[in-house]
Amino acid sequence: MEFGPHLILASLEGAVTAAILSLTAIGLSIVFGVMRVVNVAHGEFFMLGAVFAWYISQFLGTHPALGFVAAILIAPLLVGTLAAGLDRLILQRIDYNPERTIVATIGILYILQQGTLMTFGPDARPVAPPFNQVIAIPWFEFTDAGFEIYWPWGLGITSYKLFIIFAAAVVLAGVWLLMTRTKFGLIMRATQQDRETAQAFGVPVDKVFAYVFGLGAALAAVGAVLVVPVQQAHYLMGFDPLLLSFIVVIIGGLGSLPGTVIAAVLIGMTDGIISVFFSPTLAKIIATLAVAMVLVFRPRGLMGK
Amino acid sequence: MTERKIDRDTKISRRTMLGTLGAAAGLAGSTSVLPGVARMAHAQGSGPIKLGFQVHRTGIGSAYGRWYERVATAAVDRINASGGINGREVEMIAEDDGTDPRRGAEVLERFSSLHNTDAVFGPLFSHVVIGSAPRAGELKMPYFVVSEGHHVASGILNRYTLQPGITDVKSQVISMAPFIADNVGKKVTMIYPDFAFGHDHRDFFSEAIAAQGGEVIQKIAIPPTETSFTKYFPSIPRETEVVYHVMVGPAVLTFVREMGEFFGGRGPALFGFIDSLEAVDITSPGLEFLDGSYFWEGMARHAQPDQTPHEDAYRAAVGVDAKGASVDDPRDVSTYAHMFGVWETLAVMKAGMEASGYQGPDDRTALIEAVEGMTDMPLSDDHPQGDKVFNGKTHQVFGHQNITQLKNGTLERVHRTSIEDTFYEDEVDYTSQSF
Amino acid sequence: MTGKSKSYALHLCLIALLAAAFFILPQYHVGVLSRVMVLAVYAMGYNMLFGYTGLLSLGHALFFAAGMYGFGLSVQQGGLPTGLALLIGLATAFTVSLVVGFLALRTKEVAFMIVTLMFAQAGYLTVLYFGSITRGDEGFVINTAKRALFGVDLSDETARFWAALLLFSVTLLAMAALVKSSFGRALIAVRENEERAMMLGYDTHRLKYVAVLLSGTLAGIGGMAYALLFGYVGATFASVQYSIFPLLWVLLGGAGTTIGPLLGVLFMYYLIDISSSFTDAYMLVAGVALLILCLFAPQGLAGELRKRVFPWLP
Repeated sequence: MEFGPHLILASLEGAVTAAILSLTAIGLSIVFGVMRVVNVAHGEFFMLGAVFAWYISQFLGTHPALGFVAAILIAPLLVGTLAAGLDRLILQRIDYNPERTIVATIGILYILQQGTLMTFGPDARPVAPPFNQVIAIPWFEFTDAGFEIYWPWGLGITSYKLFIIFAAAVVLAGVWLLMTRTKFGLIMRATQQDRETAQAFGVPVDKVFAYVFGLGAALAAVGAVLVVPVQQAHYLMGFDPLLLSFIVVIIGGLGSLPGTVIAAVLIGMTDGIISVFFSPTLAKIIATLAVAMVLVFRPRGLMGK
Repeated sequence: MTERKIDRDTKISRRTMLGTLGAAAGLAGSTSVLPGVARMAHAQGSGPIKLGFQVHRTGIGSAYGRWYERVATAAVDRINASGGINGREVEMIAEDDGTDPRRGAEVLERFSSLHNTDAVFGPLFSHVVIGSAPRAGELKMPYFVVSEGHHVASGILNRYTLQPGITDVKSQVISMAPFIADNVGKKVTMIYPDFAFGHDHRDFFSEAIAAQGGEVIQKIAIPPTETSFTKYFPSIPRETEVVYHVMVGPAVLTFVREMGEFFGGRGPALFGFIDSLEAVDITSPGLEFLDGSYFWEGMARHAQPDQTPHEDAYRAAVGVDAKGASVDDPRDVSTYAHMFGVWETLAVMKAGMEASGYQGPDDRTALIEAVEGMTDMPLSDDHPQGDKVFNGKTHQVFGHQNITQLKNGTLERVHRTSIEDTFYEDEVDYTSQSF
Repeated sequence: MTGKSKSYALHLCLIALLAAAFFILPQYHVGVLSRVMVLAVYAMGYNMLFGYTGLLSLGHALFFAAGMYGFGLSVQQGGLPTGLALLIGLATAFTVSLVVGFLALRTKEVAFMIVTLMFAQAGYLTVLYFGSITRGDEGFVINTAKRALFGVDLSDETARFWAALLLFSVTLLAMAALVKSSFGRALIAVRENEERAMMLGYDTHRLKYVAVLLSGTLAGIGGMAYALLFGYVGATFASVQYSIFPLLWVLLGGAGTTIGPLLGVLFMYYLIDISSSFTDAYMLVAGVALLILCLFAPQGLAGELRKRVFPWLP
């Protein structure tokens, strides 16, 4: 493929990656920002979202679109409830001690992974997308005959992938409104800034934390439900989103939601675009080091204060 | 040089202690360095024959591991139903290696020291095999791998490691080249994981297709952590006549689907190793574009019209229907192209033990020598995939390879290579190594 | 006895106990101990940085792999003599620590965690990228003939055990001496309150840099020893998983204690090993055990011992 169309295609793919990543990362960012804990099990909530989506859609067995709608409504709710329960049961008891939380969430990670393996099995399970048309994209060239438009081989995107980008934008806007325009958002931000003072003003911090933890997990699950028609549900799928989300949250600047989204877009796009210029593994190495260097030279992240 | 002194002293005291233990059990001076206690039961050649099964129950290999275990269980049941080995019952002890090379080596220690197995078999993933094989050699434990890696025949392992039940990637790949060049196309783009086995495909195939007058015009190595693939497809040159793909891991279905979306039915011909779709339903949504594409299969997943009675029996024993899916659940697709290797490996182990009059761990070297002495393995219930030739020097078996074409959702065999097509020059002679 | 002499008595007792285990325990467990002691050296390296200096790295697999590949590639692929290859492994781990420390120490806390994670990820991919030399994920075996040092064949069970014990003991005693030294106390001061340490006149950046160098090199020695004693080098050891393991071991055993790393490795090893012999779901058992430990032994095993029984525990 010529350079121009290749770049367009890589950018589009990068945008899809960025969309999913920003949803997964925004969940982690809220948890990280408000509760100041490293949740190693975040990727497993993503995985559970995908697995539940598969289960729900094949249980209903109707039109893919109906299964998808059911999945996107139910799966995040289930995952969020589970996470909030785990918060109350475990994290609250260890008082959100940073180091103990790491051990506890690794424990949760093992349990969720093994539990999924035993009930769901080791196979990768596909979910049919609700709609999936290939949209070809034209390109132009200057030939002897002048300006010409043509349709390059393979340059295109599916309608479902476009939908992912759109849906992610809607959900992110919703989160933004929740954080800035609602009382719950105000309480969350107050808790984030100063836990003790918030408590003194009558904010039920424990309860807020359980909701925040549940919300973070549910957002990861939303990302997973969106991605599962493109990828497949698999019990080991949570690890890469976990690592990437961490990276995004820190690069964006701890506790900054706009920073998280910017970083997700940056990393998603870098991943896509660098792949145009280098062989795949080398591209990954370079992208990883490039992003690490951002942090080396801006230790507080892009939007960190 | 204090270290050496300590070393010698303790060796003596340890051996003395073991000697004492052995003597107490009425078992005088053993040459083995293994502790004696459990050797006793075996020494008399009574009790069951214990075979350790190193299985990928968890980790990246678990989809394969589950089916390998199903086949192993069926094969052991069959052996026991026909009187066991040398009149003794076979007991299979399965241990999960987590598809991890370190755990793999640890599991071998468990088999050797805790379970006192007579031999070990079963791993598929190359890194587990290579990580465990040194321990097998040190523990003097016959280690029968079912991995299709070229590691055994390349000579990097040791005399205790054998691969008598499945052919290796080198012979699979080189035997594909003539068919591809003659029937599919000569200008090839290869897509493979940036893993050692992907590199084996790249190197062996590039050479083999060049010998047929073809050419690999582009090589795309995909990093293993990748979950989306579309961005790599533009690197496929337009003049490509065949895309040769071999992917593994949970993302394979994504890979194949995105490839379909990319080409939109206008692309080059496809030739894939079924690894790209092992344990995946070939009629999954999004795979329609695969119609007409070619696959390598060790054993054809979909029952062919001329299926032998031996394969009938094998399918029934393993519980797999004519579509290669579980009899109980048609959505549960097996790893049919590879898993026969476990069945045939166990048959070879039985034959080896019987030929050597195997009684207990003292006869392990005799077992290996017996297997090394094997050559022709005829098509039979023991070898349902087809007849094979074993090379005792390289510890590697050679056999027929199948090429199937997907037509209306069915994989129809269009070519079956001869065994000679899969031969290459020996790279090692393990029989010249000492035990 | 003073705390200091008690601590030396404790370490010597521990070493004696491990040595005695060789004669008492069955073969299998002797083999396990060899492996556990090598991994404990890795964990002690990690503990140096995390437990004593308070820097949480998620990229130590990079150092472990640097030692492992530096040694493994030069001895197997380069054909160098074992002794020289070990020096190269050491130099590789040291150089990698030098570079990573220089860059990563510009960051703090979670950012440090992520930067080290990303360097390690780049290292892992590099091993795969140069697959024609490293054999990528599959890895390679080190010839038995190359696994000998000073004429001792280290692929022999007995020699392996004593070599592992020797390495472990030297590391343990060095760590014990280090944490009691003024340098060790300065590191702890950095961990407890970096600003205050700085005001007391410590060059905290230099202290942290030295800690990274020591910690990374020690992790590399662990990797080297693993390759030498167990004869296998593979990309798995460079993966994130092997960066998380030492963190887990150290937290379980007791961060900032000299014997914690060994206890952590032992505990995790036997937890998996024993539970896997009666259930397939051993990871489930491990997960539940982690939660229980986390709820009821927040300081880790050695940390709880120090809190409840032996306040002098180093």
